[in-house]
Amino acid sequence: MSIATAAQTIGPYWHLLDDPALADLTRFGATGERIELVGTVRDGDGELVTDGCIELWQPSPAADDVFPGFGRCATDAHGRFRFITLKPGPVPGRGNTLQAPHLAINILARGILTRLYTRAYFEGEPLNAADPLLGLIEDPARRATLIARPVGLATWQMDIRLQGNDETVFIEV
Amino acid sequence: MTDQRGSEIIGFRAPAPGSQPSNDTPAYGSTRKRHPLHRPLAFAHTVTETTGPRFSPAQFPATADISMVKGHAAMGERIIVSGRITDEDGRPVPHTMVEIWQANAAGRYHHPRDQHDAPLDPHFTGTGRVFTDAEGFYRFTTIKPGAYPWRNHHNAWRPNHIHFSYFGPGFATRLITQMYFPGDPLLALDPVFHAVPDAGARERLIARFDLDTTQPEWALGYRFDVVLRGRDATPMEG
Repeated sequence: MSIATAAQTIGPYWHLLDDPALADLTRFGATGERIELVGTVRDGDGELVTDGCIELWQPSPAADDVFPGFGRCATDAHGRFRFITLKPGPVPGRGNTLQAPHLAINILARGILTRLYTRAYFEGEPLNAADPLLGLIEDPARRATLIARPVGLATWQMDIRLQGNDETVFIEV
Repeated sequence: MTDQRGSEIIGFRAPAPGSQPSNDTPAYGSTRKRHPLHRPLAFAHTVTETTGPRFSPAQFPATADISMVKGHAAMGERIIVSGRITDEDGRPVPHTMVEIWQANAAGRYHHPRDQHDAPLDPHFTGTGRVFTDAEGFYRFTTIKPGAYPWRNHHNAWRPNHIHFSYFGPGFATRLITQMYFPGDPLLALDPVFHAVPDAGARERLIARFDLDTTQPEWALGYRFDVVLRGRDATPMEG
């Protein structure tokens, strides 16, 4: 049996890969409930992370020829990212559980050696109360770091704090 | 599909001890304010983590030779990098996208934030993309990247390296890493490389010179094999 190759940081020059089009998951014409996910990334001093790479994956709606399910976005000079995608529905969890609608998020940047992984849930979603992952987080303030809140008609905001008092809950992956 | 049925989810294996770097690596200064202080939440993989994006060469055209731009050869030592991507059980990872980016031969990135006083090369952008074949093999042609200073500590220089991005079958198998070159004296001094605790795991980040990949009268060849996480042996019940 082999051992998986070690990760290394994406570094400050990963933008050579960047294609801003990848932040719009509806660019191939996917139809459904179109939403925006926006947020600001800050470090342990509250400083903006302006060289980050944010990746998004969602198992719902299922990826197909017009909906890639995957997006990538650079944080800008204000530490902000912005995705356009389709609102996910619930997906099965382990056993007979159901997971509330959510998006999977990777955070990669200079100074991050192994990607940080988290999820974005949606405020006001009734299924959140029974979600198997949210249910593991006892502290309501910590749980709230994974819940995007509506800031516009179809815009949801979830800020990411890499370190500190309001540190985002990151998930083992 | 098995992955869609929650009760029969097969997750990916946890990392072997010491095989992955810790985000809390003080010798690498940029980690200090960027590593979480809380332990990550333990949560068994679900369909969210076991599935992942698929990329088609139709939407993401391959660029297997980045050693020239519009027929003009970049400056520097032309090299061929090839290898195989498998999982921890030795199974090939077919038709997966591999992204690469790197500095030019002078150690300068074609990037506005790179202010190293070394020349840019109009015939080298340093970014490419290839797909593995049905057996997991990939191959591309480039220029050997130069070392460059990076201010992490006094007289700090990054060893020659090529950045790699892999996806594999699920979001859990996502991997970003760097490939190094054999015999590089800067490896012994590099805190990014040494963030990986296990010596064997570090060694596996170093490509090996490969005469079979080397093309006569054209370019030296290096072999860089990569292992993505394998599936857990047994399905876990929720």
